[in-house]
Amino acid sequence: MVKFILVRILQAIPTLFLIATLTFFMTRMAPGGPFDSEKNIPDEIKEKLEAHFGLDKPLHEQFILYINNLLQGDLGPSFKYMGWDVSELIAKAFPVSAQLGILSLCIALLMGLPAGIIAALRKNSSYDYFLMISAMLGICLPTFVLGPLLILIFSSWLGWLPPLGWYSFSDMILPSLTLGLFYAAYIARLTRAGMLETLNQDYIRTARAKGASPIRVVLCHALKGGLLPVVTFLGPAFAGLISGSFIIESIFFIPGLGRFFVTAAFNRDYTMVLGTVLFYACLIIILNLVVDIIQASLDPKSRGR
Amino acid sequence: MNFLEIKNLKTFFHTRSGTVRAVDDISLTIRKGEIVGIVGESGSGKSVTCHTMLGLLPQPPARIEGGSIHFHGDDLVNLPHSALRAIRGKRISMVFQDPMSCLNPFMTILEQVAEPLIIHDNLSLEEAEKQAIEMMEKVGIRDAEKRARSYPHEFSGGMRQRVMIAMALVTKPDLLLADEPTTALDVTVQARILKILRSLREELDVSVLFITHDLGVVAEIADRIVVMYRGKVVEQGEVKEIFSNPKHPYVKGLLACRPTLDCKYGTLPTVDDFLETIEHENGAIEIREKKNIENTLQKLVETKKNSEKEQSDPLVEVQNLTVRFRSSKGFIGEKTEDVLAVDGIDLTIQKGKTLGLVGESGCGKTSTGRAILHLIRPTSGEILYEGKSLGKLPAENLIEYRKKMQIIFQDPYASLNPRLTIEQTLTEPMQVHNIDNNNSSRRERVVSILEEVGLSSDHLLRYPHEFSGGQRQRICVARALAVEPEFIVCDECVSAMDVSIQAQVLNLLQELQRKRQLTYLFISHDLSVVKFISDDVAVMQAGKIIEFGKASDVYTHPKENYTRDLIDAIPSPYNLVKD
Repeated sequence: MVKFILVRILQAIPTLFLIATLTFFMTRMAPGGPFDSEKNIPDEIKEKLEAHFGLDKPLHEQFILYINNLLQGDLGPSFKYMGWDVSELIAKAFPVSAQLGILSLCIALLMGLPAGIIAALRKNSSYDYFLMISAMLGICLPTFVLGPLLILIFSSWLGWLPPLGWYSFSDMILPSLTLGLFYAAYIARLTRAGMLETLNQDYIRTARAKGASPIRVVLCHALKGGLLPVVTFLGPAFAGLISGSFIIESIFFIPGLGRFFVTAAFNRDYTMVLGTVLFYACLIIILNLVVDIIQASLDPKSRGR
Repeated sequence: MNFLEIKNLKTFFHTRSGTVRAVDDISLTIRKGEIVGIVGESGSGKSVTCHTMLGLLPQPPARIEGGSIHFHGDDLVNLPHSALRAIRGKRISMVFQDPMSCLNPFMTILEQVAEPLIIHDNLSLEEAEKQAIEMMEKVGIRDAEKRARSYPHEFSGGMRQRVMIAMALVTKPDLLLADEPTTALDVTVQARILKILRSLREELDVSVLFITHDLGVVAEIADRIVVMYRGKVVEQGEVKEIFSNPKHPYVKGLLACRPTLDCKYGTLPTVDDFLETIEHENGAIEIREKKNIENTLQKLVETKKNSEKEQSDPLVEVQNLTVRFRSSKGFIGEKTEDVLAVDGIDLTIQKGKTLGLVGESGCGKTSTGRAILHLIRPTSGEILYEGKSLGKLPAENLIEYRKKMQIIFQDPYASLNPRLTIEQTLTEPMQVHNIDNNNSSRRERVVSILEEVGLSSDHLLRYPHEFSGGQRQRICVARALAVEPEFIVCDECVSAMDVSIQAQVLNLLQELQRKRQLTYLFISHDLSVVKFISDDVAVMQAGKIIEFGKASDVYTHPKENYTRDLIDAIPSPYNLVKD
C-alpha cells in the first residue's frame, strides 16, 4: 500500500511539471500584461515595476527562475495584490471555498444517494419517474439560474435567509444548496444506474434464494457494488467543489478561490494564475489517489493491483 | 412418501411479443431422500420450474397461471412473501449454474456461507462461522478454516461451486434445487462435485432436484428422471428404464444425438429426425413421432463405413511451440509474473483430417490454436504451413495465409458484431482479401455459403440478435468459409450448446469437410465430442502434449494415467446400463 502511494506521488511529478510549463507559456502568450490596464502609468514606473518582478528578462530565464522558486515551495508574489504572496492569498481564500464545497457535497450525498437507491428499488414506478425528472432538472438548470431563483424565493419573498455575504452559518445555506443540488442530481442518477446493474447480478438472486429480506439484500449485498461508480465520480467532483466555483462565489459575493482565480486571469496576474492552477492540479491528484484507495477497500478484486 | 408435489403447474411470461408458455401444465413429485433429475434443452422450462418453487421469478413478466406446489402441507404458490422467505435457504436451498457470478464478489466466502444461519437460525456470528467452516470441510474445501476469509475471485471454479453447495446445505435443508451445477466445470471437477453431492445426500438425508441438459450427468446422479420439452413433461421414470427403453420420441432423439465413446453413427441423428411438432392456433403444441425412424438411423450408421481416411501430407506442423504471457504489475514494472501457457509442443495436422485437441480449462489449448493462426505471437517455436514458416514472413505476406486459415470461436453471441447485418459480416472478409470485386457476385457467394450452412437468403439483412444460438454458430461457420479457407481452428465451438444443436453443428462441420476437403483443429474439453469428430487426438495437460495418436487408439488404449482419468470422468448413461 505504501509502495502504491509512493509510486503514485512519483507519477504526479512529471504531470505537475507539464501543467506548470504549459500554463506558464500560455499565460505569457495571451496578449497584454499585468500592468497594461492601469490608467496612465508613466512608462518609467511601468518599466520599474516590470524590472521588479523580473518581467524584463528573456522568457526562458523567467521560466527557469519560476521553476527554481517553485522547487523551493515559493509560488512568488502576486502582481496585482501588492505586498501579497500567491501562497498567502490561496491560504486565505481556500478555506472559504473548501467550507462551501464540503457543505455542498454533504447536501449532494444526503439527497443524491437515497434518491438514487429509492429510484432503483422502485424502478419504473411514479417515485422513480418523479425523482429522475427532478434529477434531470437539477442537471439541466445552470447555477446562475438556480442561484438567483433561490435568492428570490428564500430571501426576497420569504425573507428566511440572507441573499449574500459570508459571515454566519445562515449565509452558507443558499450558496451550498445552489452548488449541491447539481451534484445531488448527478449522484442520484449514478446511484440509480449502479444499483440497477448490481441488483441484476446473479449473486443478488443467490442472496434472495438464501431467504434474505429485501432490506438485507440491499444493505449487505447490493450497496457496495452499486456505489462504486459514485465513488469514482466523487474524486474529481470533490476537487472541483472545494477549489471554488466562480459563478456561485460571484452571485453570493463570497471571497473564495474561484473568484480570485478568474479575476487573476483577467488581470494577467501570471503568478496568481499559475499558483491556483498548480494548487488545483495537486488537489485533483491527491483526491484521485484517495478515491483509488477507497475503491480498493470496497472492491477486493482491485486490491494489490 | 411424497414430500414435494407439483401439480399442473403453469408459469407463463407475458411479454410484448406475446405469451411464452415457459412451464405448461407439469406435474412431478419428489420423495424424501431422492435425487430427481430434470433434463431438457435450454428454454424447456426446467429452470423456470425451480425458480417458481422459490418465488424467485420477476413478476411481471412472469405469472403463475395455475397449479400448486405442495411442500410439507404448504402450497408454495399461494404463500405470502414472508412465509416463503422463511422456507427459502432454510428448508429449500438452491445451487445455481455459474459459480463465478453467483457469489458476491464483495463479501468473504465465510460471510456468505454463514449468512443463511444468521438469517434463519438467529445464531451468533461465532457459532454461525463455526458451522459454516464445518460444512465447507464436508464439501471438500481443504484448509477451510484458513481460506474462509478469502474472496470468491481467489477460488477456482470447482472450489466456488463447492462453496455454493456448502452455502445451500449449511442450514440442513430438506430439499436442494441444483440448477445445472456442473455445466460450467471441467469433466474431472464435475465428477468430484457429483460424488460430493451423492455422499452428502446420504449424510444429511436431503432430497435433490437436479437440473441439467446433459443426460450423462443425470445418469450418474439421479434415481429418477423427468424429461421436459417446450414447457411440458414428456416422460418420467427410473433412470435405467428411461435409458434402456425410452418411449417418447423426444427422449429417443435426445439419447441418440449425443455422441458417445462407442458411437456407431457416421453422421449424428438430431432430435428433428425423431419428431415433428404441430403448433395449434391457441398456442398449444402437439408432438408426433416421425415414421420410418429406423430407416433414417440406418442410413446415418452407414455413413460411418466410408469415413476412414487415408494417410495424407501434413498441412500444418507445429514445432517446439512456446507461448508465454508476461503480466507486468505497476508503473515501474516491479514484479513480472510469467504464465507459461504452451510449453514446447510439437503437432502435425494432416491435410483433410481433423485433429482433436483435448484438455481441461487452463491447459493451453486455446493459446495453441491462436498461436498457430498467429493471432498471438508465439514466444518461440515454428509454425509451418505447407512447409513454409509463418514466423519468418513479413506482415504483408502473412495476410495470404490468413485467407487460408480461419477460426470459429466458442461463444457465437460474443463473436458476432451486433451492429453488422449477416451480409456485412460475411462480406467483410471478402473485402479484406479482395475476393469477387463486385457487389453482385459477392452477394451471390454469400447466399451460396449461407445455403451451404443451412440458412437462406432471407437472412441476409438481419442482425445477429434475431437468431438462435445454433443459427449464430452457423453464421460463424459461414464467416469462416467466406474466404474459402483450407484450415479451420474450431475453438470449443459446440461447447455452449444443447446436445441436439451440437449434433447439427457437428454434422455440418463433417459435411463441409467432405465437400471442401477442409482440415480442422478441433479444440474441446468434451472427450466424447472429440472422439466423434477427430481422426487424430492430442491430449494436453499444463501446456504440454502428453499423448498423441489415432483417435481410436487413444481412447481404447490410453497410455497416460491422466488420459485415462479424463476418459473415466465422462459421465455416461451406457456405463450404467451395462452394470
